[in-house]
Amino acid sequence: MAKELIKGNEAVIKGALLAGCRNYFGYPITPASEIAHAASKYFPLLGRSFLQGESEVASINMCYGAASAGVRTMTASSGPGISLKQEGISYAAGSELPIVIVDIQRGGPGLGNIAPEQGDYNQVTKGGGHGNYKTIVLAPNCAQEMCDLTMLAFDLADEYRTPVYVFTDGYIGQMMEPVEFPKAREIKVEKDWAVWGNRESRDNLINSIYLEPLELEAHNQKLQDKYQLIEEKEVMFDTYRLDDAELVTMGYGIVSRILKTAIDKARKKGLKVGLLRPITLFPFPNKKIQELGNRVNSFLVVEMSNGQMVQDVKLALLGAKPVYFYNRMGGVVPTVNEVLNKIEEILK
Amino acid sequence: MAKDILRKPKGFNDVYFNKPGADKENTHYCPGCGHGVVHKLIAEALEDFGVADRAIMISPVGCSVFVYYYFATGNVQAAHGRAPAVATGLKRANPDSIVISYQGDGDLGAIGGNNILQAANRGENITVIFVNNAIYGMTGGQMAPTTLVGQRTMTTPYGRSVENEGYPIKICELLASLESPAYLERTAITDVKNIMKTRLAIRKAIKVQIDNKGFSLVEILSACPSGWRMTPRKAKEWITTNMMPYFKPGVYKDVLNERKPYAPAKLNLSLDEIDEKLGLKEEAPSFPGDMSGLKENHRNPRIKVAGFGGQGVLMLGNVLAEAGMLQGYEVSWLPSYGPEMRGGTANCQVHIDEDKIGSPVVSDSTVLIAMNKPSLDKFVPDVVPGGVVLYNTSMIDQAPRRKDLEIIPVPASEIADATGDLKVANMVMIGAYLETTKVVSKEAVFAALDIAIKHKGFIPMNQKAIEQGIEHVRKIKG
Ligand SMILES: Cc1ncc(C[n+]2csc(CCOP(=O)(O)OP(=O)(O)O)c2C)c(N)n1
Ligand code: SF4
Ligand SMILES: [Mg+2]
Repeated sequence: MAKELIKGNEAVIKGALLAGCRNYFGYPITPASEIAHAASKYFPLLGRSFLQGESEVASINMCYGAASAGVRTMTASSGPGISLKQEGISYAAGSELPIVIVDIQRGGPGLGNIAPEQGDYNQVTKGGGHGNYKTIVLAPNCAQEMCDLTMLAFDLADEYRTPVYVFTDGYIGQMMEPVEFPKAREIKVEKDWAVWGNRESRDNLINSIYLEPLELEAHNQKLQDKYQLIEEKEVMFDTYRLDDAELVTMGYGIVSRILKTAIDKARKKGLKVGLLRPITLFPFPNKKIQELGNRVNSFLVVEMSNGQMVQDVKLALLGAKPVYFYNRMGGVVPTVNEVLNKIEEILK
Repeated sequence: MAKDILRKPKGFNDVYFNKPGADKENTHYCPGCGHGVVHKLIAEALEDFGVADRAIMISPVGCSVFVYYYFATGNVQAAHGRAPAVATGLKRANPDSIVISYQGDGDLGAIGGNNILQAANRGENITVIFVNNAIYGMTGGQMAPTTLVGQRTMTTPYGRSVENEGYPIKICELLASLESPAYLERTAITDVKNIMKTRLAIRKAIKVQIDNKGFSLVEILSACPSGWRMTPRKAKEWITTNMMPYFKPGVYKDVLNERKPYAPAKLNLSLDEIDEKLGLKEEAPSFPGDMSGLKENHRNPRIKVAGFGGQGVLMLGNVLAEAGMLQGYEVSWLPSYGPEMRGGTANCQVHIDEDKIGSPVVSDSTVLIAMNKPSLDKFVPDVVPGGVVLYNTSMIDQAPRRKDLEIIPVPASEIADATGDLKVANMVMIGAYLETTKVVSKEAVFAALDIAIKHKGFIPMNQKAIEQGIEHVRKIKG
């Protein structure tokens, strides 16, 4: 298809519809609202269903219902709304329901502001709600990936029967870039576990209760095994100019774009620096980090948060190499020059 | 007692295979509990109407959390209070299913209060069976929103007081004030007569859904001998003597005769039709560009566009980015968003580049297009030496003082006004920019207008303004 100049937030919806999403439920919040706007426009045009829920709590539970019925379903929000969805996401993880959740991060805590931030990292990559669960987290950094990773999110959600996040920040959501959408294709997913309201599915049950501790332990173990499989099979990352790098920078979303420009500038000054951009935040590219740890001198993690992903990088390296950190918070986006200064300071 | 009534009614599983433990024969309810009776009436109705295959029961959180042990239907267990939202999702995903939200008073009236209110107000085509036992049975007998004034519970040890907890909530009366619900009735599980009334109400409520007539709810006053610390017999009497005078049984809403059946239309689109509805095109106009011959300070621009909200600043950037894309370049467009715009100023940041774009943020711009004075003052310091500044002299009386810039004064608002509409000042600027730098061609910009502007009637005026901008720069450059 021809390229289309489109906002990341809208690309999410076209991608979702191409992936066969049938039901959208959501509550407006800046900077994610364009997702709801686009959904309310396109879902009905395709004979699918858009509904503005009364809250994020309601919306995620509507997704819970639709996913129980075996259809592809999604919701989208930002920080405060994601907090509200956590109960429902825990239930969906426990009941093993595929739901795609988009989080376009804004400044926090509390009402914070609507500028781009990355303070939701912990709440989306570490479970976020109660209980022993995780969700797959995909982190697009451009409008094209907003489409592509949303489509992938639906596939992964169904394959592993788990909630999957498409997780980025206000800038990536609001920005327009050219996107090449794939042609619509037939989407058929068999879900023999779903409660479809017919004779075949009459014995099916969607449930997260296991009264007997041994049974609940077994259920938990099954979930953990699933997460381990995901860690083995689904890690995705992107690298840039790492071949001879002495310093590896790391960042996701808009930060990875800033890093890329900073690296180009640093390289012009002869500094050997590259980029490792996790595309999946869970599963986290631990192995790649460890492998790089064996050959580079140090790492620099840049985040628009108080330092959340950097903890995972340190955990992967277990002290093998120094991990430097540069951050801005409150919706302040680090500039290329700030990052460049930090790189120079480390490599001097 | 309960055991006799519950032994394998129609619509129940023969063996409660979902129930953990050895006993797969008996229900988990206490003797004299109302839940079991209500279950039986629902199961029977689903069988009698021939819709058990299509039925999906939602188990709430409360003593009826194990609804799924019993019903030989599809079963979904929901979070506390969220059953109406889960029911909404199920029903909208599959309008042919018969969805029953089964809820207690804590679940429906307290934690899920907004969920039931909103589902009712949407006229969601679901059936809600609401078991009001004036207490939290499951958690050991705490106060419910329906606990009566003076009633002692684990959390109202001195009795519910109006001063501290207010009056018990009357759900049927509350929901009856809404336009949307189709059918609302309150009944009681006491004697045979009232159980028969309950039976009819449940059947009617399910029929409403089968007929696609919208939201129905039956509130059932029901005993919780354990929570109330009473014998089953005393508990039934207490419903009659204490609950029924306050929660008056009766039909609170019945507008079935006025309601036309509604079921969402099914639409089956071909793959090509999906592409078309999504506006996906096989081909776009293409105007291959080449920046190699341009002046170094014009190539691969990082553009900041700024002005008042309403001056078309975002559209200006949008058209430039769109045109850049049609010329085969990498582009990005990043707006200021939210309250920043409400405050009256807007800006956007555009890259047009031969190579892949790293940071889309423009902190050191090579081009500034300033539509008003505050924007010029604010962003001029960020322009790189040798950068281009186009400024709207109609609204800015003082030229930038910096000597290291290529400065293009454009009376954009005046030219726009003369062209016929002040609003096209942004287009005048586009013309001025493209003539100054040649990064994008007029043809590409015109094609971009076709894509970016929704109201096709405005296009000729916009094109004219662009021409005027081009003309202006030609004149001043001699
Ligand atoms: C979020 C949440 N808060 C609290 C609870 C604990 N809880 C379980 S059941 C219940 C009350 C149920 O009362 P009701 O809806 O009246 O049902 P009943 O048991 O009386 O039939 C509570 C508070 C829970 N499971 N989840
Ligand atoms: S506690 Fe009350 S509501 Fe729960 S099963 Fe016993 S009698 Fe029924
Ligand atoms: Mg109760």
